[in-house]
Amino acid sequence: MAVSTDPLDGTVLKDQFPLLSRNVHGKPIIYLDSAATSQKPLAVLNAMDEYYRTINSNVHRGVYLIAEEATNQMEIARDRVRDFIGARSSAEIIFTKNATESLNLVAMSWGRANLSAGDVVVLSHMEHHANIVPWHMLVAEIGIELRWIPLDTEGRLDLTDLDVLLEGAKVLSVTAMSNVLGTMNPVRTLTDAARRAGAISIIDGCQSVPHSPTNVQELGADFLAFSGHKMCGPTGIGVLFGREELLEAMPPFLGGGEMIRDVRLDGFTTNDLPWKFEAGTPPIAEIIGLGAAVEWLQGVGMDNVRAHEIALTQYTMSTLSERFGDRIRIHGPSNPLERGGVFSFDFDGLHPHDISQVLDEHAVCVRAGHHCAKPLMKILGVGATARASVYVYNDTSDIDALADALEAAGAFFAF
Amino acid sequence: MPGLEDLYREIILDHYRNPRNRGELETPPAHRVEGFNPLCGDEIVLFLDLDADGRVADIRISGQGCSISQSSASMMSAAVKGKSIAEIDELTRAFKAMMSIHESALEGAETSEPVEVPEVKLGDLEALRGVVKFPVRIKCATLAWNTLAQGIDEASA
Repeated sequence: MAVSTDPLDGTVLKDQFPLLSRNVHGKPIIYLDSAATSQKPLAVLNAMDEYYRTINSNVHRGVYLIAEEATNQMEIARDRVRDFIGARSSAEIIFTKNATESLNLVAMSWGRANLSAGDVVVLSHMEHHANIVPWHMLVAEIGIELRWIPLDTEGRLDLTDLDVLLEGAKVLSVTAMSNVLGTMNPVRTLTDAARRAGAISIIDGCQSVPHSPTNVQELGADFLAFSGHKMCGPTGIGVLFGREELLEAMPPFLGGGEMIRDVRLDGFTTNDLPWKFEAGTPPIAEIIGLGAAVEWLQGVGMDNVRAHEIALTQYTMSTLSERFGDRIRIHGPSNPLERGGVFSFDFDGLHPHDISQVLDEHAVCVRAGHHCAKPLMKILGVGATARASVYVYNDTSDIDALADALEAAGAFFAF
Repeated sequence: MPGLEDLYREIILDHYRNPRNRGELETPPAHRVEGFNPLCGDEIVLFLDLDADGRVADIRISGQGCSISQSSASMMSAAVKGKSIAEIDELTRAFKAMMSIHESALEGAETSEPVEVPEVKLGDLEALRGVVKFPVRIKCATLAWNTLAQGIDEASA
């Protein structure tokens, strides 16, 4: 398989990530679990530290200098996120705790106001629990009906009956990129189909937004959810993009301070967008951290991030297949251009816990389990998989280390 | 630094490769109980046949999981066959005591002396002693035991 040019040098980028210079069990850490959470560059760490050291104060309230500064910095970060995903207005950028909360916000706020018994919501078999459980909750609460887009043998969405599935549907909610299979879905095709059917579209961008360029106008999505911690930002911050007219019509999600205009003994009125959906003191430091992460990623260039990932994906798939042949099975599309750098695999019939235990001995960090996608695991016919995933700071030597450690695991458990 | 040999003793690998008491039992009269490891990826299904005296007349295990959870389940099944609920309760406490060295070390214990339940013979189960050096895997080892306790509770209710 030809390996395309890699515009980034992961080895050089590693230097900007303090954690990646630490040792584990006496060996340099090989971090291959960015699909679970990403490492943070100094720029992000410094931005958050700087906030707490110099301007920490509550936002939208104070008349004093540092309060104004904090408010400014937070709204600048919001504008950065807006530009990062090509949204038209900052009123369309809602800060949440994480993508799970973003998805719950849409399901509960838009869902409760617009869905009734018998209404259809279309999901897919590859969804993360965050895009399944809230809908199950609405099934119980309202009596909505769920339909599922199935998968083909390559782990791609089987769109043969898409229009049939969407007939009469109110919602299509799917992931742009699977956190298990790495499959990158044809989002525009999906949102167009939803629009034709009269359904709104919700896109789970947790894996896609950090790993490739995102433009919500091109995606055609009504809502997009993603988390800061998977894109070099801190934990505790997520984003919900929603089209302004939809957000305007939705009732608030959480109630409290910030999201109101007026509160009386007999009622309240809501604040303008986006603050209508941001109750209470926001995670100010985390928002600023996310803004710094966006700035850092824009400096690297999201086209470069994607090109780097394609090159690493090609290297990973050819290396693992050359070294292990039939002993390894990587789930998801075999074409590197159809997938991101997330690799769930079966190896030597070993259980993922045992694989990751031996890998840990070699300081290689991979994930073991069902990756919050139990329905998908069942369809794949496995209880759990081991999963390695790459990001900007990984390079080919990380993949070589993974392969060496897998070799060691195979030898240790040889029957 | 604990090595892999501390975790994966030969006996454990033997029980993993040749698990005892695999299969199912007809329910009723047997009782079926399922358990899931919070460290996701291990699932166990136990089939328990308790006789009139409250002894485990038969036990079967199915489900899938890692070498630690599967070998612990296999060893557990061999250890509890024919035992009374009271004896199983004692055995479970002794096993969990062996698994809880980490907690006492966290509380600032000077030595890593195991908390012993001296009268109870753990036999093959001693091989799992090394699991405490890998705290994340303790839940793998205790899965079968927690599921067993739940099953006994449900069956004797």
